[in-house]
Formats: sequence, C-alpha cells, structure tokens
Amino acid sequence: MRRREFIRISSYGLGGAALLGGVTTDWFHLYGGTLPNPLTNGDRVVPTFCELCFWKCGVLAHVKDGRVTKLQGNPKDPLSRGHLCPRGTGGTGLLYDPDRLKKPLVRVDRRGSQEFEEVSWDDALNVVAENFLKIKEEYGPEAVALFSHGYGGSWMNHLFRAWGSPNVAAPSYAQCRGPRDVAFDLTFGSGVGSPERTDIRNTKCLVLIGSHLGENMHNTQVQDFAHALRNDADLIVLDPRQSVAASKATHWLPVKPGSDLAILLAWMNVLVTEELYDREYLELYAYGFEQLRDHVKPFTPEWAYPRTGIEPELIRHTARMMGAARPATLIHPGRHVTWYGNDTQRLRAIAILNALLGSWGRMGGFYVPASVSIPPYEYPALEDEGLAPADKPSPSDYPLADEVLAQGVCDATIPGVRGVASIRAWMVYGTNLPSSLPEPAKTYEAIQALDFLVAVDVLPAEITGWADVVLPEATYLERCDEPFAPSYREPYVTVRQEVVPPMYDSKPGWWIARELGLKLGLPSFFPWKDAQEYAEARLKPLGFDCETLQREGIVMGERQPIYFEEGAVPTFWTDSGKIELYSQKLAAAGFDPMPTWHAEDIEDPPPGYYRLLFGRAPMHTFGRTTNNKLLLETGPENAVWVNTEVARAWGLKDGERIHLKNQDDVTSTFTAPVKVTERIRPDCVYVVHGFGHDTKKLRRAYGRGLNDSELVTRTKVDPIMGGTGMNVNFVTFVRPDAVADASEPDTVEGAVAEEVAS
Amino acid sequence: MSAKRYAMAVDTRTCVGCTACVIACKTENDLPDGYARNWITEIATGTFPSLDLTIRSERCNHCDDAPCVAVCPTGASWIGPGGIVLVDPDKCTGCKACIAACPYDARFVDPRTGTVDKCTFCVHRVENGTPTTACQDICPTESIHFGDLNDSDSDIARVLRTREHYTLLPDAGTTPRHYYLK
Repeated sequence: MRRREFIRISSYGLGGAALLGGVTTDWFHLYGGTLPNPLTNGDRVVPTFCELCFWKCGVLAHVKDGRVTKLQGNPKDPLSRGHLCPRGTGGTGLLYDPDRLKKPLVRVDRRGSQEFEEVSWDDALNVVAENFLKIKEEYGPEAVALFSHGYGGSWMNHLFRAWGSPNVAAPSYAQCRGPRDVAFDLTFGSGVGSPERTDIRNTKCLVLIGSHLGENMHNTQVQDFAHALRNDADLIVLDPRQSVAASKATHWLPVKPGSDLAILLAWMNVLVTEELYDREYLELYAYGFEQLRDHVKPFTPEWAYPRTGIEPELIRHTARMMGAARPATLIHPGRHVTWYGNDTQRLRAIAILNALLGSWGRMGGFYVPASVSIPPYEYPALEDEGLAPADKPSPSDYPLADEVLAQGVCDATIPGVRGVASIRAWMVYGTNLPSSLPEPAKTYEAIQALDFLVAVDVLPAEITGWADVVLPEATYLERCDEPFAPSYREPYVTVRQEVVPPMYDSKPGWWIARELGLKLGLPSFFPWKDAQEYAEARLKPLGFDCETLQREGIVMGERQPIYFEEGAVPTFWTDSGKIELYSQKLAAAGFDPMPTWHAEDIEDPPPGYYRLLFGRAPMHTFGRTTNNKLLLETGPENAVWVNTEVARAWGLKDGERIHLKNQDDVTSTFTAPVKVTERIRPDCVYVVHGFGHDTKKLRRAYGRGLNDSELVTRTKVDPIMGGTGMNVNFVTFVRPDAVADASEPDTVEGAVAEEVAS
Repeated sequence: MSAKRYAMAVDTRTCVGCTACVIACKTENDLPDGYARNWITEIATGTFPSLDLTIRSERCNHCDDAPCVAVCPTGASWIGPGGIVLVDPDKCTGCKACIAACPYDARFVDPRTGTVDKCTFCVHRVENGTPTTACQDICPTESIHFGDLNDSDSDIARVLRTREHYTLLPDAGTTPRHYYLK
C-alpha cells in the first residue's frame, strides 16, 4: 500500500518537474522520500511591466490554467534585471483582491454615503459624459479637472488634452518630487528624471539626505545601492532616524529635523575653504563660483553645530570623504522632498554640492541618460491650447512651478478660496486624494462643492466612496498601456501586456478613455481601435519588431555614451548655458540666488509635542497596497517610532496602541502600536505612510495602523514652485481610553477569507 | 556522480530586510495564508546615536545534525538530495515533535493538510535545472548565495572562503548549512 502510493506520488512529481524544462534525476531510486513540487511554473510566461509602484520594472508573469501563479523579474529588463521588490512579487495579491471594484457604480444616496448601484458601462459613461458636457456648456472645458497618478493615467491625460482642460494635476509633483526637479533644472538645466539618473552603481561615496533606500524600494536603485556597498563605497546618511540605509552607513548624521540645509551649507564651506572642489570642472562648466565662495564663508561647521546637532569635526570629516571620492561622489537628490517649504533651496544646495564635486555627467555621479525616441501618434491639432490652469491664486505666484499644483486645483474647487469656484468637476484616476493631498478637510470640502466627481480605480478607497460614478479599471496584469521608453543608462522599449483577461466587469484605461472620448464627441482623438493598434502605429516607424517586443518584453536600443569622460556632450539648458551655482533666474524672481539659512524657516515643536515624520516601508506603496493579502503578511500595519527616553517619560510600552494628536487638536481615527527604539531622535516620531484606511470597502486595510495624512493639517508652501512642505506638523500621544469616540476597527478578515474560499 | 552538498549564505551587509524573499517563497511554493517558510530578523543594539542594526533573511538551517530528523517518529523528516532537510507529507502525522525540536522555529503545520511544512531550498528547482532558489532569484540586493559546497568553484564556496561568516545558535550543536556573511 505505502509502496504503491509512493510510486504514484513520485511519478506525479516527475510529471510536474518536466514542465520545468527537463528532469533527469532518478529521485526515488536514490532517496527515501517524496520530493515536494508546488507546480507553480506557468504553462505560459508573459513579459510585462509592474505597476505596484511607479518604477516600471520588467516582470515575467507565470500563468497556469488561466491563473497568474507567480511574478518574477524579467532578466532582460534593465530596471528589474531579473529581480523584484516585495510589492512587485506580490502583484497577484492585487489581481486577486476580493475587494476590487468589479462593476461600474453610480451613486444613489448623498455624496460620501457609499451607497451605489451597479450599472452597465454604457450607462455609467453616459452619466459621466452628460455631466462633463453640461459643465463645459456652462463654464468651459477647463472647469473639469483631472488628478492622476500612475502609468495608466496617460490615457486620461490624452483624453483631457483632447477635451481641452489644462487643469491636469498629479500629487507626485507639488506633494513629492517637484522641488527636486525645479532645483536641478535651475542648476543644471535638466531634472533628474525617473528612473533617476543617479549612478549609484559606480559611486565611491554615496550621500543620502533623508532618502531611505532599502525601505524605499525603487528596485534598481536598491540593487545599485547593494552593489555600491559590496564595492566598499563610503556611505554618509543624514537622517533623524536610523533608517536601514543609515544602519549600513560609514557615518550616520542624526540631524535635527529641518536643519539639513545648514549641514549642506557647512559641507560647501569645507569643500570651498579646503579647496576640495573640482576646479577644472567648475572653470569649464560653472557660473557663479566666486559668488558662491564668498556666500558660504560664514557657514562653518562650527556655525552649523548648534543648528543641527552634528559635531563640527564630523561635518568636516564627511566633507573630506566627499572631496576625496570626487567626481564619483553622489549626493542623492531624493524623491519625496516636500518637507519644510524651503525645499527647492535645499535641493539647490544638493545640486550645487554635486556641481562642486564635478559629479554631474561623471561616472559614479549622475550619468547622461538616453532614450529611444518614439514618435507621437498623429492627432489633429488642438484648439484652445494655452489656457492657463487654475492652480495658482495669481499668475505671479510660485513663478517657477513647471507642472500643475494639485492642491491649487483643489483650492480652485472650493467656493470662497479664490472667489467663485472655477473648477466644477473632477476625474480622479489612481490617486486617493484625501491621503495624497495634505489638509484632508480641505479636500473633503472641495469634494462636497463639486457638481460632479468620477473616480477611475482598481480598488475602492476613500476617494471612490465620495464619487458620483466609479469606473472599475483592470489591473496592470489585465491590460495594455502605452509603450514605455525611459531615459536611462541604456535606451530601450518595453510594453505592458494583458497577461490574463480583465476580471469581473473591469476595463482597461485605454478603453475607458476611448469610450468616454467618443461619447464626448472627440472621435478624431481616438482613431485607433485598441491599445495594441495604437502602440504598433507608434513603434512600426522605428523599425521595431513588435512580435519580439511582445515575446521578450524588451527591445534594446543602441547604447550611447553616458559620461562626459566617454564622450557624452556636456549640455546645460540654463540661461547661461552653464551650471548655475548662482541662479540668475531665482534672483530675477526675487528669491535667494544661492541657498541660504533663514532661522525662521524652522519652528521647534511645542513642549510635549514631537515633529511628525513619515516615510516608506519596502512592501508598501502608500495606501495602494495595504489591502494586498500577500504584502500584509510582511507589513501588517505601521508603528509609531518613539525614542526610548521619550517613551519612558510618557510611560509608553513597546507595542502599546496609541493615537496621535496634532497641534490643531486633530486626533488620528485609529491607533498604531508604539515602537520604542533608540533608532530615532527624541524630538520627532516616525510612521510609515499609507495605513489607517477608514473605508470599510477595503476590508483588510480598514483600521490597520494609523493614517499620518489626517494629521497633516498644516503645510508650508514653497514660494518658488508651490510644493507643500508637510513635515511641519507636531504630534503628541493620546491613549485610547482618553479618546471619547475611539473607533475600534471591526474585524473584517473573516468575511474576506470566506469570499476567497468560495 | 559526486554528491552535492547544498548550502545558503545571506549577506547581512547588503540585506535591507525588504521581505521580497518571503513573498517570492510564498508564491513559488504556494504557501497557505498567514504562514511563511522564511522571515526577516532585525536586531538593534546600542544607545542613540551609537547603534548597530543587524538584518537577516532567515529560514530552515538545513542542519547536518538535524534534530527534527532525529526526533521524527515516522521518518517523515528526512535528508534529501544534496543534504536538504525535507518533510514527506505522506509520512507526516502532524505530531509536531520536529517543531519542538527545531531550535530555529523554522517549521509550521500547514492548516490545509495538517502536515509539517518548511523551507525546501527549492529542491524542485535546484534539482531540476534551475540552479537558484526563489528567494535568491528575487532578491533585489543579491544578498542570498546558494549552491553546492562540494563544488569549490561555486559562488557559495567562494563567498564562504573569502568572507567572514557565522551560523545561528552554534551551541545547539546542529551544524547548520545556512550561513550569514558579516
């Protein structure tokens, strides 16, 4: 009996193994037990690229019996190089999330009541089109705004271009990377892009200013970070918290929050006074060195010490390390940099330091990226181009903003903020605005003032609960998108393909945009029948073999020189045609032409309060992944990091659940456990962003951890480009028994498990 | 055919504890909800600001002197190809003696089958032409080394020759074949 059973199972194992591509080991003659084989290899393997974050790593999706079993990195893809971060690996948790939006929904009760009825796509899109057209007739097309995030948003952006509204905004600008892009553009005449043109791989000295690589899992950067560590590169980390990166640093500088600029100025001072800068490079390429030299004289390490808490000798020593490694020294520009409202100037300081070290355009610093240039699709010329967006109080405000300010579009929706509200309707694609914009009370006020709100998303979220119409989009594994040809080390093109057909009644973004475009009377902007025909029309003229692209996922272009030293041409698209250490543009606009210290920029927390800092966990992308079954297993909720001394003073125990309350008396809806740790300064607390969802439609995410966004009721807006500095809120601790109407999250896990089982 | 002797080493210098290894193992091996064969351990020592943080991706140590195999009353825990410690679900009665015996807490009962489950060093891959384990393959920092110790040219043999390393709970006398590079 046992023998027979044993043989049966062994041959089953061999049959499965044959799928793996040839098996020769005669297991059961050599060994005494059954070898396990989970049989998760696909009968089809489809290349595509990821959308669990916005880095766009190449993925190989295994499909077995019509079901995606696992996701691996595509070894041919230059961004994933065969490896994925936890989010990309857990993408099936999104695809098979039982809480997904399944049918088009139309609201049946008051806004925000979460009462909807399921309708057909035709009915839902008719409602959207009727409302958009009615608003256009009364107020013009510009009264309809789009907020979007993610690669699929390109279809909606196209729809809005055709429609004629300039009010197209993404929180990824003024709530995230905007100050960085403006600062680098002011200095070098071009931004750092995404993927960032940082040559982490070859650097000899990497400096991170609050960037927590390793917790922030932009895959290729983390791969290169590990490579730099293996190469014994020096690592200097400036962070009030001992991040994972800081734990691997040669020197961790636990800087006082908000004082980063003082360290950057002191580093400049040391580089200049000790003549550690790249004289030849500056003579060739830079403008304003003399002014900078004089400007940084007062900012000695001794001057910086009381402002930052960092010992002068450590400031000097780290500056010398940077000087010794130049030009292969990389002061990383970071990504989410809207912290204190002086962010463009802080990022200017980072850009200038890189310029002093000669790292822009050099190996181990910033490479010169190249891309495959895909010609645009030929559409009719647009009417009414050049309408100004409604995002600024007046055209002279935030003069150097080069994208639309999302919070400004929100303001223009609220009657009274800018006189009569000029925005009457929103389409919101892939961004949960109550969490992605600061001051959520304002976002809700705007939502209540709207004539119409349509949300396009994969999962329900707070924003979809407030919509009048909800359109369920297919996930990235179920749809085609625009071909992707990033500016990178090596030019290439990759495609997102339909790995499995859309589940439920979800539809791809291109289909939604096209159908809505047709209903809005814009057929000439949607002449293609589907995304594939569209992509082929754009790629064919380049001579690209679309079949290879679909089969391999990648077609490489020709590598070009990416460093000045190997022939890349130094070109600076600034007014002077040089690297502007002294910015004429900033001077002309009435701002400091060189970054300087304004003590009034930084306010200290009141007694008993701590600065609220927030950041990333490696297995989550904001609130977009906190309902993902797989990712919740390794990142089930956030915790409040509290310094040991502070915890002792408050009598807080590790693991004890608390609310946070901010300076405006706003208390978090939910609690999170305290993480008592030495790994953070006593003047701040830290949480991972993206938890504490309060919509019960996300049954796993609901009430898990606390939502930092609720506590960001105050911002300091960057006068240069309108970025909303958000690290200016202070919080204190409130025990659950002291919160009158404490929300205890209901247990919803059981319901989810049941549905999955059925 | 010379016998293989599989081993794994995790580079603690580069491991960031992102847990991609955990998720990849779960999907590769179709693990039940709420259970994992590998996990991340973080150990913080010192006082602010003089701190030390060790991050390790951990799993079954595939011990040469495996107490789980010794205590198993049915022979379900066994030493498979290349010295990989395995569980034969057909022989496992779910008595949990091995779970109690394992000093590394590397085993669990799969609620779907009632039998004990643990890391297999992806034997279905490595013995069938795919030389990598799923955790190794996914790892963004390439911190997981795996291979045949008996092949002196293998990556694993090389890193153990050239890098300082340690094993967990050496006093338990289990002789792990899972190493941590300093």
